[in-house]
Amino acid sequence: MIEDIELDTFINDVYEYYGFDFGNYSRASLKRRVNRIMQLDGFSSFYDFLSKVKYEADYYKRVVDEITVNVTEMFRDPSFYKVLRNEILPVLATKPFIRIWHAGCSSGEEVYSMAILLNEAGLLHKSILYATDINSKVLETAKKGIFPLRMMKDYSENYRDSGGQEDFSNYYIANYGNAKFSEDLIKKMVFSQHNLVSDTSFNEFDMIFCRNVLIYFDNDLQSRAINLFDQSLSILGFLALGTKETIKYSIGQGKYKQVQKEKLWRKIK
Amino acid sequence: MEKNKVAANCKVLIIGGSAGSLHVLMDILPNLPAIRSFALVIVLHRKHSDDVTLEELLKIKSKTPLKFIEDKMPFEPGFLYVVPSNYHLLFEKNGTLALDSSEKVNYSRPSIDVSFEAAAEIYSSNVIGILLSGSNADGTAGLQAIQKSGGTVVVQNPTSADMPFMPNNAIQNMIPDYILTTEEILKFILLING
Ligand SMILES: C[S@@+](CC[C@H](N)C(=O)[O-])C[C@H]1O[C@@H](n2cnc3c(N)ncnc32)[C@H](O)[C@@H]1O
Repeated sequence: MIEDIELDTFINDVYEYYGFDFGNYSRASLKRRVNRIMQLDGFSSFYDFLSKVKYEADYYKRVVDEITVNVTEMFRDPSFYKVLRNEILPVLATKPFIRIWHAGCSSGEEVYSMAILLNEAGLLHKSILYATDINSKVLETAKKGIFPLRMMKDYSENYRDSGGQEDFSNYYIANYGNAKFSEDLIKKMVFSQHNLVSDTSFNEFDMIFCRNVLIYFDNDLQSRAINLFDQSLSILGFLALGTKETIKYSIGQGKYKQVQKEKLWRKIK
Repeated sequence: MEKNKVAANCKVLIIGGSAGSLHVLMDILPNLPAIRSFALVIVLHRKHSDDVTLEELLKIKSKTPLKFIEDKMPFEPGFLYVVPSNYHLLFEKNGTLALDSSEKVNYSRPSIDVSFEAAAEIYSSNVIGILLSGSNADGTAGLQAIQKSGGTVVVQNPTSADMPFMPNNAIQNMIPDYILTTEEILKFILLING
């Protein structure tokens, strides 16, 4: 285990050398992640590790990719997607044009899930899904829409649990252990790098997803992100967080109304 | 036994278990009064990824009020916290809880090691860790971390465990402060509750 002061040194040096600020990430989680990558790469000395990070840009990239947690799945938390399907899509349907932002989209499974829902509601033609992350590697995967075939059994179960009625395998083509998702879905997506620590709002949206990203931030950075979403959300737009995340510590009561018991809020003012 | 010293120090009582540990908790929880002086944390392995039934069940059985864990929620004495499925539970220095959905550890999320180690890091000698029945190696490294930082370590007596592997694994790799049967664990907690 590295010491607190070593973690601070790491944070400061990464900021100084590369301009990336981990200072407001959750300490507890960040420390575990740094320990984990040191162990994975066989470092016993923190300072050997640190100088490799500082002087080898490629290694720094690897470290950032490993520190950020990219675990994701399609139709993660099916009950959430069921509420989307039944309660939210009918509201979005009344809009002439639907703009969605997936902040911290990881390798895109969440974006493809939403595109499938929109497609089934007959709304995909008038929708656009912006998907952003800081990790360029996961964005490359997301753009391709190619996921491991072995995951499809779980995903089609999630899909069905979320109220999906179609044959899930219609959405992809199986090939050499991969599932390649349909171009009809991909052509409605725009992927780009965006950093929730330092970048600003870039559009106005009817719905914003930021699921299982805020848990890696401390309270201050969570507030920054939530306020950024607030600025980027149209009145009566929706904000979706992960099942254990909340806006309660970040934004005044009365501005948002929670949808049922889901981690889904509607901006009312 | 220096239970008085242990009792005065305890801020976090954290219990980890896997297969065969639920009924141990069912025997213990209803017999405890509402705990006030420390926080009670339960980390259980579970099969289903999307369920809150365990929380509901333990809530009914416990006189200590249960708080459903949300990320960055204040961590306070006098409450029962049950780690949600599919997340690891961590502790922050500023007295809040943090969740983490990173890779499984010991094939488990939540992992007992992760929470034990995190508790040891923040609450050091004020932690009591109890490891119950299970057929997985999870928990041993966590108990070692608790012991190393001055906390107290309790292992369920393998002869009283449905699945002795997990407590046995701990006993083979370290010297726990106490090895106790279910009934003795109950008495131990009553004693530290004072
Ligand atoms: C656990 S994944 C969540 C994926 C998906 N939203 C879900 O719920 O399954 C978290 C993602 O947040 C991204 N992330 C971490 N820090 C970020 C930041 N400062 N700005 C934007 N994205 C960030 C990570 O790269 C990672 O892909």
